[in-house]
Amino acid sequence: MIEPFLLTALLLVFASVLCLYRTIRGPTVPDRIVAVNVIATCTIVIHVLIAFIGNQPMFVDIAMTYALLNFLVTLVAARYLATGRIFA
Amino acid sequence: MNVLSTIFLLTGSFFFIVGSIGLNRLPDVYTRLHATTKCDTLGQALMLLGVIFYEGATFTSVKVLLIAIFVLIANPTAAHALAKGAYMYGVKPCEITSLDMYKEKVKRRSK
Amino acid sequence: MRSLNWKENIASFSLTFAILFVLWAVLSTFFDIVHLSLGAICSLLVAYISYDLLIKPKGTKHVLIVLKTAAGFFLYFFWLTIQILKANIDVVMIILNPKLPISPEIIKFDSKLPNDVALTTLANSITLTPGTLTLDIDEKKKYYVHCLAKRHGDALLKGKMQSLVARVFGGKE
Repeated sequence: MIEPFLLTALLLVFASVLCLYRTIRGPTVPDRIVAVNVIATCTIVIHVLIAFIGNQPMFVDIAMTYALLNFLVTLVAARYLATGRIFA
Repeated sequence: MNVLSTIFLLTGSFFFIVGSIGLNRLPDVYTRLHATTKCDTLGQALMLLGVIFYEGATFTSVKVLLIAIFVLIANPTAAHALAKGAYMYGVKPCEITSLDMYKEKVKRRSK
Repeated sequence: MRSLNWKENIASFSLTFAILFVLWAVLSTFFDIVHLSLGAICSLLVAYISYDLLIKPKGTKHVLIVLKTAAGFFLYFFWLTIQILKANIDVVMIILNPKLPISPEIIKFDSKLPNDVALTTLANSITLTPGTLTLDIDEKKKYYVHCLAKRHGDALLKGKMQSLVARVFGGKE
């Protein structure tokens, strides 16, 4: 029973493409960051699904790392927007 | 169990697609954050729960559960940081916003 | 490097170590002696550096309070799940409605929550529930919330969620 996983992964790719439109179009920088954040969440779930489609449990670990990194990058981007600095 | 997992997976992806449509339809950053945060957080939680139901009680499903819990905590926090960052960056709320109590606060801070 | 006062901090230290070590074991999925001892060393090191981040070190009694709070938090989480489901159906209805019936506004309200964890929990709960998004919390514990429509803001100002969070974390309502 792999078909539901494949179908879900395809639907997620479709959602990412919809977000990609906002990333390219988006009038301001925060719009683009929000859209990229959504794409990253899609990617996390797709990684987990790939682990089950291809029967390779290693991809779950990659998804976990991706989730941690995604949170960090979003926080740094938001901080840069708010203060104009990254460190200190 | 497989039927339940399929239902969860498809419901989750429905929420994700609605969130992406909302990202394209709504007028400004703050309302877009509404759509994406709520729909994404619930969508990923449902999909990962579906995967857990399919897998059963193994170490892999514990890892998937950890991912789900982490994103459940991290996504609203990131949304809050982004909203504040966007306001400080100078993105104005759209014209139909009827009431803005945050404006005075930001003005006072920048003086 | 701070000095570790063993007598006062042993409870929070060992709880932090236990959580870290269980997490290591689950994530590595190897249970031979090499991996477990490696995990124990790493967990000891991290627990030594950061034992006071998760639990404020105030002796054994405080750990009991933390465990009780965790139990209350799980009950609160069930209530929150239902609210999140309602919120999502609400937002989906708004997005798929062709007329897009929104009238955003930014409101503020006061809170009397006791500590940072309670403030964070309330902020994240606000973000996840019907049509509201936390913009900022200032030094006087004042919340600035962006609402998608006026009825969402009115529902929030009734303060049911805040009193529930205050009950879980043991503050005044």
